[in-house]
Amino acid sequence: MQQETKTVELTGAEIFVRCLQEEGADLIFGYPGGSVLHIYDALYRQDKVKHILVRHEQGAVHAAEGFAKSTGKPGVVLVTSGPGATNAVTGIADAYMDSVPMVVFTGQVPTSLIGNDAFQEVDTVGITRPCVKHNFLVKDVKDLATTIKKAFYVATTGRPGPVVVDIPKDITAARCEFSYPKSIKMRSYNPTVKGHSGQIRKAVDLILSAKQPMLYTGGGVILGNAAKSLTELTRLLNYPITNTLMGLGGYPASDRQFLGMLGMHGTYEANMAMHHADVLIAIGARFDDRVTGNIEKFCPHARIVHVDVDPASISKNVKVDVPIVGQVDPVLKAMIKEIKAGEARPDQEALAKWWKQIDEWRAMDCLKYDKTSELIKPQHVLETLWRLTKGDAFVCSDVGQHQMWTAQFYGFDKPNRWINSGGLGTMGFGLPAAIGTQIAHPDETVVCVTGEASIQMCIQELSTALQYHLPIKVVALNNRYMGMVRQWQEFFYQGRYAMSYMDALPDFVQLAEAYGHVGMRIEQPGDVEGAIQEALKMKDRLVFMDFVTDQSENVYPMVPAGAGQNEMILL
Amino acid sequence: MENESGALSRVAGLFSARGYNIESLTVAPTEDPTLSRLTLVTRGSDEVIEQITKQLNKLVDVVKLLDLTEHRHIEREMMMVKLKVQDGEQRAEVVRMTEIFRGHIIDVSNTTYVVELTGDSPKLDAFIDAVRGFEVVEVVRSGVMGIARGDVALRL
Ligand SMILES: Cc1cc2nc3c(=O)[nH]c(=O)nc-3n(C[C@H](O)[C@H](O)[C@H](O)COP(=O)(O)OP(=O)(O)OC[C@H]3O[C@@H](n4cnc5c(N)ncnc54)[C@H](O)[C@@H]3O)c2cc1C
Ligand SMILES: Cc1ncc(C[n+]2csc(CCOP(=O)(O)OP(=O)(O)O)c2C)c(N)n1
Ligand SMILES: [Mg+2]
Repeated sequence: MQQETKTVELTGAEIFVRCLQEEGADLIFGYPGGSVLHIYDALYRQDKVKHILVRHEQGAVHAAEGFAKSTGKPGVVLVTSGPGATNAVTGIADAYMDSVPMVVFTGQVPTSLIGNDAFQEVDTVGITRPCVKHNFLVKDVKDLATTIKKAFYVATTGRPGPVVVDIPKDITAARCEFSYPKSIKMRSYNPTVKGHSGQIRKAVDLILSAKQPMLYTGGGVILGNAAKSLTELTRLLNYPITNTLMGLGGYPASDRQFLGMLGMHGTYEANMAMHHADVLIAIGARFDDRVTGNIEKFCPHARIVHVDVDPASISKNVKVDVPIVGQVDPVLKAMIKEIKAGEARPDQEALAKWWKQIDEWRAMDCLKYDKTSELIKPQHVLETLWRLTKGDAFVCSDVGQHQMWTAQFYGFDKPNRWINSGGLGTMGFGLPAAIGTQIAHPDETVVCVTGEASIQMCIQELSTALQYHLPIKVVALNNRYMGMVRQWQEFFYQGRYAMSYMDALPDFVQLAEAYGHVGMRIEQPGDVEGAIQEALKMKDRLVFMDFVTDQSENVYPMVPAGAGQNEMILL
Repeated sequence: MENESGALSRVAGLFSARGYNIESLTVAPTEDPTLSRLTLVTRGSDEVIEQITKQLNKLVDVVKLLDLTEHRHIEREMMMVKLKVQDGEQRAEVVRMTEIFRGHIIDVSNTTYVVELTGDSPKLDAFIDAVRGFEVVEVVRSGVMGIARGDVALRL
């Protein structure tokens, strides 16, 4: 560890702020309270680090996730001890499941009171332990700078994830000399970067021997900044490709080789191609149960290559034949080089047959819906949104049917534009995530697609959006149901709609207006396009579009839980 | 692993969160005070053991991990057993058993003996079986410690 030579004596709170500056973390999302008051005072007395005040700590973490997912940079959060920390836990768990790089600073009661059931004391390190990549309790002001350096290092390297740093109040008042380590080495943490060259060669041989190949790529491509290399490899091979929910945008959706998303609500062609593939090339994807369906029936004919930076993701759910541990980008580049240098080429004849088969599956048009309906179809809203934003908006989604329709109907051609909660599936994610995204991209169109149930879980953040003049476009698909729950009850509980009807809904137009924004209610299919156009024109206002949609619409296709990927319910 | 508060609960928490079982666990600081060494006994199919190994390696506090069952190795556990001894005959019998098992009597009172015994776990189980005839007041076992034979070593 190298030390800076110049040193000055500072308080812990000042050291905290200086560390953020040194890390280039000039934006933090947070909410004050007793144990972090010294820190807030230090923030007040400088102007390099900007603090965004949310309305609930869960919102701070989701906003930081939106910031991180849309920029690739770590999100930073600051909350107080006790309820501040517990409110943040849902967001931390969400970031953990989706491998979002993030550092969350929590205040803690003074060291001398820890363990005394002191006012606003909780065991933050204990509570967050199972849902963080790592966490720290700072016990001495002398360790503060190094701990913060370690936190950013761990959060952003290897498989990214949230790191919590719990800082007792007395540490923020204590003084010591400040020097920020330039680099850090940890003997117990050494993530792999480059893949094993022998394994890469083996993988390339297998890939080129395929007759019915399939590329299955996930969030790792986005997190690893590898969309360009993935596109190059896929084009070079002329193989079909599918993305997981988290991997959308990793390959251009408008391209002929793209078969759409796979999995529970994936396309017919993507799931069928998975099922019939003889070689599966999994890249930065973790064989989640929403993707595989019944593991026993998953890809019965395929030999599998799996590239992942986390060895624990490999052969966890599905045994693979050629594992490669490493960062996607260098591994993909090495594969491209290896293919170009070698003689072997894909079997064109087999590939032509395979594409013919895939085109037949495609012709099923599995995403079709009734375009003549008198009711607003949610799919129609999203298709129109896609067209009017030229497929180029940042789209932050909540959780439910609307999320699946967005994944199906808003084709992303670029990475980092699709921001949603996949692993934890946290309702309430969308609006705060849009706040973080809009702050990171002030001049871009940022949309929050949501449902009337999800939006109410973090609706208070409409106030944050006003404070920071964030012109987010909220597209609420209001079906008066927890639609995703209703769909399961329709399919698997004989239509017993227990507690899934959203009664006593607020008037969202008035609600938006009360928060100082523009509200619109859209009830006719013919008004959809005009409303979105009008909203997009209001460049400096948040517009809440309340689309009253067909209540009975379901998400198709659907692989029921426990079924094989080829056993889809179609419309 | 790093000799830091919290490191042990990360390991224990991992096992409970992921549904793996811990048969025994021993931990103590090493000659390098920044490190502690932990021996954990668990059971599972090859796939489960592979996952456990990977998940443990992923913990930032875990410095190095060795699956001893992949190597020739030695396992030892220590046990202290407190037995009620009523009369001379019983005392003589306990002394005899302790000798057979190569243990030691480390505490004597009017009515009890404490026997100390070291060995692999089946040997300790066998001793308990052998003294069934006596009233066993207390049994304390250390949990298993292990070390590889020959050149294989778990060190930095
Ligand atoms: C209502 C609902 C429905 C859903 N339905 C579907 C569905 O139909 N289809 C679907 O796909 N998902 C669906 N999901 C999402 C699902 O739950 C999982 O979140 C998702 O499938 C996981 O995506 P992933 O495999 O890309 O992994 P991620 O969670 O994105 O994980 C990334 C993987 O890449 C690795 N990685 C990270 N960075 C790198 C790097 N730089 N280099 C190499 N490897 C790296 C990680 O170790 C990890 O293994 C649904 C979620 C909800 C809430
Ligand atoms: C915090 C939280 N609670 C419960 C759920 C379970 N859940 C998943 S989708 C859903 C309904 C979402 O309803 P809405 O936001 O209206 O979206 P829709 O499905 O109608 O499009 C529920 C309750 C969840 N994902 N997150
Ligand atoms: Mg709804």
